[in-house]
Amino acid sequence: MKDMHAATPILSIIGLFLLWILCATLTADPSVLPQPWSLFPPAAREIGSGELPFHLGATLLRVIWAFALAMTIGIALGLVMGRSESLNRWLDPWLVIFLNLPALVLIVLCYLWIGLNETAAILAVTLNKIPNVATVIREGARALDPDLDAMARVYRMSWLARMRHVTLPQLAPFITAAARSGVAVIWKIVLVVEFLGRSNGVGFQIHLYFQLFDVAMVLVYALSFIAVMLAVEWLVLQPWERRIRRWRTA
Amino acid sequence: MAGPATLGTPHPAVENRVIRVDITSKYFGEQQVLGPVRFDIRPGETVALLGPSGIGKSTILRIMVGIDTRFEGTVTRPDDMAIVFQEPTLLPWRSALDNLLIARPTLGADAARAALARVGLSGRDDAFPGQLSLGQQRRLSLARAFAGSPEFLVMDEPFVSLDPEMAEQMLALTEALITEAKPATLFVTHARAEADRLADRTLVLSGKPATLQEEAAEHGV
Repeated sequence: MKDMHAATPILSIIGLFLLWILCATLTADPSVLPQPWSLFPPAAREIGSGELPFHLGATLLRVIWAFALAMTIGIALGLVMGRSESLNRWLDPWLVIFLNLPALVLIVLCYLWIGLNETAAILAVTLNKIPNVATVIREGARALDPDLDAMARVYRMSWLARMRHVTLPQLAPFITAAARSGVAVIWKIVLVVEFLGRSNGVGFQIHLYFQLFDVAMVLVYALSFIAVMLAVEWLVLQPWERRIRRWRTA
Repeated sequence: MAGPATLGTPHPAVENRVIRVDITSKYFGEQQVLGPVRFDIRPGETVALLGPSGIGKSTILRIMVGIDTRFEGTVTRPDDMAIVFQEPTLLPWRSALDNLLIARPTLGADAARAALARVGLSGRDDAFPGQLSLGQQRRLSLARAFAGSPEFLVMDEPFVSLDPEMAEQMLALTEALITEAKPATLFVTHARAEADRLADRTLVLSGKPATLQEEAAEHGV
C-alpha cells in the first residue's frame, strides 16, 4: 500500500507524457506539437552552446531576488498588520488595491517610470507578490499565542530572540504556504517581465522563439525551468520544511 | 525580616530591593476592575494574592510584571523576573534544554542541565515539550522559572487545573524550590490551602472594584 502511494506521482507524470504523445501523434505536425523525445536534440544543442544555462541563470537570479524581497517585506508587513488593528485599518485598503491590480499593469508602469532595467523588472515582480505574502502572514500573526508573548516579555527576551524562537516558529506554516505559492507565482511573473522588457532570461528566449514559431524551443525552455523549480522544491523547500516540522512528528 | 541564612544564592543588597506596587485604578473599557491596591514584597518573601476567580488577581500580576501597562499608578520591580502560568507555556518547537536557555541565555548548558535534573527531567534535554507528559511539562516550566535564581517570581494559579495528586507533587516541588532560591514571590491563587502552605503573608482581594485586605498567615507550622 505504501509503495503504491510513493508510485502515484510517478504514474501520474507518466500519464501526462502519454497524453502528450497521444496528442502529438494525432496532430502529426512537429511544428505544432513535437513528440517529447524530439525535444532532446535541440535541448542538448542549447545546453552545449551555453545558451540555456545562461538564460536559465538570469531568470533564476531574478526569481531569487524578487522572492527574497517579497518574502521579507511581506512577512514584516503581515506581522505588523496582524498585530496592530489600527495599522491594519490603515493599510488594508492598500492591500486590497494592490491585490487586485493586474500584474501586467504593475510591470508596464514600472518599466515606464523606472526604465527598461533590472531594478524595474525585480521591483515589478516584488510588488506583485508582497500583497499575497502579507495577506497570508497576517492570518498567522492574528493567531499568535498571547501567553507565549507574555512569557517572552517577562523573561526579558531580546527582540531577535523573540522573533527567532517565539514569533517566527509560530508563523512557520504560514511562511511555508506563502513561500510555496510565492515561488510558483514569482517565476511566472518574472517570465512576463522578461518577455516585455529584458534582453536575457527564459522569458526573453520564449519571446524570441515565439516570433520564430519554434514550438520545440518554447517547450525546451519552459520545461527546463520547471525542472529547476522541481529541484528547488525537493532539494530546498521540502528538506527545510521537514526540519522545522521536526518537533511536530518527534 | 530575618537575614537570608539559607542555602541557595541570596541576592546582594537585599534590604532595599523591595518590590512595590501602587495601583490607583485599572479599567477595562468603562468597567473599573481595580480600586486602590498597594503592597510591597520584600526580598525573599512569598506573598499570596487570594480571591475568587475573575476578581482581578491576574490583572494585578500582569501589571506587576509589565505585561499590562494600561493602568493608573506605579510599579517598582527588578528586571530579573520569572513567571509560571496556569499552563506550561513552553516553546513546543524547541527542546527542553533550549526552552531553559532561550529564557535564560546567561545560564549556560551545564547549569540548565542541573536545573532539569532538579525537577526530575535529567536526560530529557533533547525532548520536545510534546514528547513530555503534562506533569513533566509543568516541571519544565518550574525549572525555567527557578533557573538562574530570579529576583522576582510570579505564579498565576499554577496548580489550578491539576488533579489532587499532581497538585500535591507540584506544590511540594515549588515549596522546595522557593526555599532554595529565595526569590521575592507573588503567588496568585483562589485556593486558601495553597496560599497558607506557600506564603509568608496572604493578601485577600475582594469587592467591586477590587481592593485589598491584608491578613497574616502562620507559615510553616
